[in-house]
Amino acid sequence: MAKISVNRKQYEVDADPGTLMLWVLRDEIGLTGTKFGCGIAQCGSCTIHVDGEAKRSCVTPLSSVLGKEITTIEGLSNDLTHPLQKAWIDGDVAQCGYCQSGQIMAAATLLKNNKKPTDADIDQAMAGIICRCGTYNRIKDAIKQAAINGGK
Amino acid sequence: MTSKNDLDRRSFLKASIIAGGAAVFGFSLPVGLRAAERLGVTLEPVADFQPNAFIKIAKDGRVTVVVGQAEMGQGVFTSLPQIVADELEVDWANVSYESAPANKAFINPAMGMQGTGGSSSVKGLFAPLRKSAATVREMLVAAAAQGWNVAPETCKAESGKVIHAASGRSAAYGDLLDAAAKVAPPANPKLKDPKDFKYIGKAVKRLDSPEKVNGKAIYGIDVKVPGMLTATILRSPVIGGKVKTVDDAAAKAVKGVTSVISLEYGVAVVAENFSAARKGRSALKVTWDEGAMASVSSESIYTAFASAADKDKGLVAKKTGDVADGKAKAAKTVEAIYWTPFVAHATMEPMTFTADVRKDGAEVWGGVQAQMLVQQTVAATAGVPVDKVKVNTTLLGGGFGRRFEMDYVIDATLLSKAVGKPVKVIWTREDDMQNDVYRPATYNKMSAGIDASGKPIFWHHRVVNDAIMARAGKAFGFILKDDQLDDSSFEGAHNLPYAFPNFQCDWVRKDTGVPVGFWRSVGSSHTAFSTECFLDEVAFAAGKDPVAFRLAMLDKHPRHAAVVKLAAEKAGWGKPAEAGIFRGIAVHESFGSYVAQVAEVSVAKDGKVRVHRVVCAVDCGQVVNPDTVAAQMEGGIVYGLTAALYGEITIKDGRVQQRNFTDQKVLRMNEMPKVEVYIVPSTENHGGVGEPGTPPIAPAVVNAIFAATGKRVRSLPIKTAELAAKA
Repeated sequence: MAKISVNRKQYEVDADPGTLMLWVLRDEIGLTGTKFGCGIAQCGSCTIHVDGEAKRSCVTPLSSVLGKEITTIEGLSNDLTHPLQKAWIDGDVAQCGYCQSGQIMAAATLLKNNKKPTDADIDQAMAGIICRCGTYNRIKDAIKQAAINGGK
Repeated sequence: MTSKNDLDRRSFLKASIIAGGAAVFGFSLPVGLRAAERLGVTLEPVADFQPNAFIKIAKDGRVTVVVGQAEMGQGVFTSLPQIVADELEVDWANVSYESAPANKAFINPAMGMQGTGGSSSVKGLFAPLRKSAATVREMLVAAAAQGWNVAPETCKAESGKVIHAASGRSAAYGDLLDAAAKVAPPANPKLKDPKDFKYIGKAVKRLDSPEKVNGKAIYGIDVKVPGMLTATILRSPVIGGKVKTVDDAAAKAVKGVTSVISLEYGVAVVAENFSAARKGRSALKVTWDEGAMASVSSESIYTAFASAADKDKGLVAKKTGDVADGKAKAAKTVEAIYWTPFVAHATMEPMTFTADVRKDGAEVWGGVQAQMLVQQTVAATAGVPVDKVKVNTTLLGGGFGRRFEMDYVIDATLLSKAVGKPVKVIWTREDDMQNDVYRPATYNKMSAGIDASGKPIFWHHRVVNDAIMARAGKAFGFILKDDQLDDSSFEGAHNLPYAFPNFQCDWVRKDTGVPVGFWRSVGSSHTAFSTECFLDEVAFAAGKDPVAFRLAMLDKHPRHAAVVKLAAEKAGWGKPAEAGIFRGIAVHESFGSYVAQVAEVSVAKDGKVRVHRVVCAVDCGQVVNPDTVAAQMEGGIVYGLTAALYGEITIKDGRVQQRNFTDQKVLRMNEMPKVEVYIVPSTENHGGVGEPGTPPIAPAVVNAIFAATGKRVRSLPIKTAELAAKA
């Protein structure tokens, strides 16, 4: 049994230490907002926060997060009030929506570390997260909007 | 949405919708919209017809629009409710949506099936939804009028209420449900005057955004059913290969693996969770009968296509005048070969499906584009009656035509039947990339000529590729005959809008054995490239400006001409671009919509192509939600640009060589151009928007590359090395 903290809640997980966090979250804890896209840290759909920093959960073993705080898209806010969620809704960003958990989690780390990101900053921080629907420009606009509205 | 007044609501619905629905669907299907209908395909009727309900009204006044179309990003959970809200006269804040089951009542008239494809949701459902909503509105008005003992004509519906202004009375819809259930539905309800539309034509916000930004949205991969197991399938590395021997001892020893099931086309590891299934899969030892495809490669396919283009007669898709005569009279002739490779769909969510097959029926869950086909496929695979199959459509993590296929549906159905429990099958990205139904590789042999005065005199286009319907049609019980045209392979080429007095488009069908399928904008996704790039070559040979040359040949096609003019004007065509940036243009009609795009491109010394800005003009007829139209143009451009820059599936010894996003790159944010979308105001019939944004981008970019470098790119994807030092 491994004890982990996800979205400020404690869980006991019966999984091997090498089990990847993406599947711990999805299959063991039942948090399915974090998505499987490539399995090799190339698409970013599985992005979560480990102690506030964006990590690819599809290559992050359970053993590496013990004692750390994990945040998933479900834990970003309880009520859609995070500035990024608001900006995403306001900008009609999502199309199919599948990648957007990863996009938002990556953007949250960007805004935590950089209150006023430039286009180049956003490109650099977000280039790792693939969107096949092509919502990139709306994502960029939403990040800037959230930055103005006090994203963190 | 659940309501404690469920019974009342249901009886109301039964009264209203049976009649409304029957009236709505009592017309014959328009012909000629998609390949399936053009080929005369009919679908097996579902055994038990249940009348539909598009609209549910609760006692609290909330309206739920039941959407039979699959939501895969294109916004049907917003655009279709918009139509209902307007005609029903309810406030947008009181409108929500739910996904419909597979049912004949949800047949999209533009497709002839309950399906989401061919950019046809609004096109097919605009009129039926309006009529259905107007029917319900008139019944509510009649119910209120009866209660007040006034003439219905003296009442009006507004914001979820019926109002009798003369007496100052009003009644909320929610309070009229019981009375409305007793009103005979009008056969011909009066539709609103379009000038009174409140929501149709407006950029209302997407209803499905909240669940897509808080992790609550449920896609196929998120389905959880009590007692469910998870499976992953090891498939033949060679296309069409079959399992020969299996050593599953090590796989079965993996903790959490519950069984290993040999299927004809692969070996499935079924487990308590995906981690165990995947671990078990990697412990499998399987040998394969590789079959006939083991000797096939991209090179052998290209060679066979080139030979067929020269030697095979093929079928004439369209002919006007006589191209031989035109060629004889030409002062200048241009000839070229254009090539587009196989391209994968690569939806963000790999194929995933869940099935619970029982003796007496089945329930299934997943993101699918053709619910009724799923229902029939599951029934046939599980050996249960069609009417005992319940299909739950989840959100789709991208569709693009891929989720029209039944392969992943069959996977889960076979496995659930085998283990007697619900099974979710998850494809890995590698499974998805290597077992796709690809956009057909296409070889284009093209020639055209101009007379001594520079006027175009002939155009001859020979398209060589696979027939999509030869494979995909089988799901519909359809066999493509040798002498039968399959438009999905060459659409966009045979209906070229330009006025060539002598014109011919031939289609040479070459079955490669590589599975091919419907890929966003289908035939147009590659014919726009070959035709619009080659047309640029002809314009250059004639010494004409690409925009002026096109406009001169579009007299009879004003909608094409209008979008060309609009895109050119907004892009500043004819005015100098920034230093180092060059423009190219392309126009293409598909799915009833006309799209022109101007791409602004630079080519670095190392040949690296950068697209800086895309100006897109679209005429898609009447618009329900202009922001959705813009979003679909943006998305279509990214999809087409990804294919133009990177999209290429290659085959070696019958094996697909690409595996993941490492060796099949896709466009990322740092490469994203600025995109401007301009919509032509129109009262024409609805065109599609999901696909038409894709075709013009590849030729617009490639034509800009010519402007930048003087080099014609005639093969996709664009090869940086070939452009190096040309800039």
